[in-house]
Amino acid sequence: MDASVKQMSESLDALTVRDVSHRFGSMQALDDVSLTVPTGGFTVLLGLNGAGKSTLFALITRLYDNTSGTIDILGKDVRRQPSAALQRLGVVFQARTLDADLSLLQNLTYHAALHGLGPGESKRRAVAALELVGLGERANEKIRHLSGGQARRVEIARCMLHRPGLLILDEPTVGLDIGSRESVISIVRELVATHGIGVLWATHLIDEIENTDRIVVLHKGKVLFSGTVPGLREHAGADSVSEAFRALTGTTQAELA
Amino acid sequence: MSVEAIAETLKPPNAPGGRAYRRHGLLAYFNCFRGIVWREVLRFLHQRERFLSALVRPLVWLFIFAAGFRQVLGISIIPPYQTYVLYETYVTPGLLGMILLFNAMQSSLSMVYDRETGAMRTLLVSPFPRWFLLSSKLLGGVAVALLQVYTFLFIAYFWEIEPDWPALQIGVGQGDDFFGISIPPPFNGYITVLPAIVMSGLMLGALALFMSSVIRQLENFAGVMNFVIFPMFFASSALYPLWKIRESSPLLYEICWFNPFTHAVELIRFAFYGQLNVTAFLVVLGCLVFFLGAAIFAYNPSKGLIARRGGPRG
Repeated sequence: MDASVKQMSESLDALTVRDVSHRFGSMQALDDVSLTVPTGGFTVLLGLNGAGKSTLFALITRLYDNTSGTIDILGKDVRRQPSAALQRLGVVFQARTLDADLSLLQNLTYHAALHGLGPGESKRRAVAALELVGLGERANEKIRHLSGGQARRVEIARCMLHRPGLLILDEPTVGLDIGSRESVISIVRELVATHGIGVLWATHLIDEIENTDRIVVLHKGKVLFSGTVPGLREHAGADSVSEAFRALTGTTQAELA
Repeated sequence: MSVEAIAETLKPPNAPGGRAYRRHGLLAYFNCFRGIVWREVLRFLHQRERFLSALVRPLVWLFIFAAGFRQVLGISIIPPYQTYVLYETYVTPGLLGMILLFNAMQSSLSMVYDRETGAMRTLLVSPFPRWFLLSSKLLGGVAVALLQVYTFLFIAYFWEIEPDWPALQIGVGQGDDFFGISIPPPFNGYITVLPAIVMSGLMLGALALFMSSVIRQLENFAGVMNFVIFPMFFASSALYPLWKIRESSPLLYEICWFNPFTHAVELIRFAFYGQLNVTAFLVVLGCLVFFLGAAIFAYNPSKGLIARRGGPRG
């Protein structure tokens, strides 16, 4: 790759969402949403259940098309160049999506095949990806025998197989105990640091946010804030992220888990 | 494996020194197709209960129902049969159809379930075109059905149900001058029935795929049994020849005739005896094209039913 192209790809954001609105019947799920996820950065999408996070994820993964606005993954429009866009995207869905009766390796090689990789290359990458999440020893065990946190780590390994430049995770720590949560978060943060991936991490758990993260607050389909964590506190005139979030959205402590 | 080696293996192209993304070539399509079919087969083989019940169901019909019915229903000579046949022989193509029907509906339900749990979404975020992904998934279902069909035929062989038409000859010349391959019965029928099974399986699978996009929520298998499988199976030529039905009810005869499953069964029945039923072939082909088109439309991200009816909650 020559220098100018490299320069360009480095300056490219991993994800750009511009003026996206989406409605189901009379329900406005997303209202003029814009946000960016830079490469090599960890961006938190903070919102309560029903804020529109899952609709946004469905649009980014092209389960259905956005009715207005554009979504670019590393500069590829999801609607106009779906193949190129999806090739650059790794997803961890909120629901468990592994085949319980198949082994870790079989689950991973299936996914690699979905991205057009041959058997040899699939296996090579699957082994590396399992090492990456610390499950290299258990490659031939069935998913059924894993804990919830381990299964999540397999899903993270899986979405790395096709070398995505953008990783989106939809509440990946829901239902995990504290130890598993921490290991899942630290693995993903490590990926940002070592692989230069852009991450969009949807959550409603404020303690998952670090001071250096970028943050996007989504509430009832609208982006209320987008920027740095200190910027959010300043913007809301609050001392902590949870106070800032409550001030912005007008929610009470009880609504915020 | 060292940390550096792992990072090197999984480094995205936009990272320093990463390799650029490439367009998918023909080989990539083949890899994807093989991956999808292989997963279907692996999953089926791991679900031993499903395999067993898929096998026991038609065998119960063959060994018990058909044996009891044998004295009640006399089958006269109708094509493709050359002589009077036992009821067991008549019902076998119908039971092959039954295997395909159950398999298709089960995979349709698993797709509704998949869509809710997210396995379908994992499939749909693959960068390959949707029509290709859905067609591959259908062929995966047919591969699973083929395993069931041939296991059933193997067992039925010991019940003396086998194709008994003269050897299939592929080659030139006749009689003593014949030069080529001669496939003796029963293998000739097992081979000629294959394309009919694949086509019928695809047609029923496409119908099920379309249903999976229309059914919003997974209720239970009983509903599908009552409203889809039983009507389709009983109002068809699977268990009794259509002329028999006509004698008792002309209306029912019409219904049976317009049932695509009837034509799937007839296509299989004739193919089992090395013959092509042109009407059945055209109807099955037409239905396959129609249902597959409808399913691909329904799963299309911008036009499809998923978009119109709203996606997941949250």
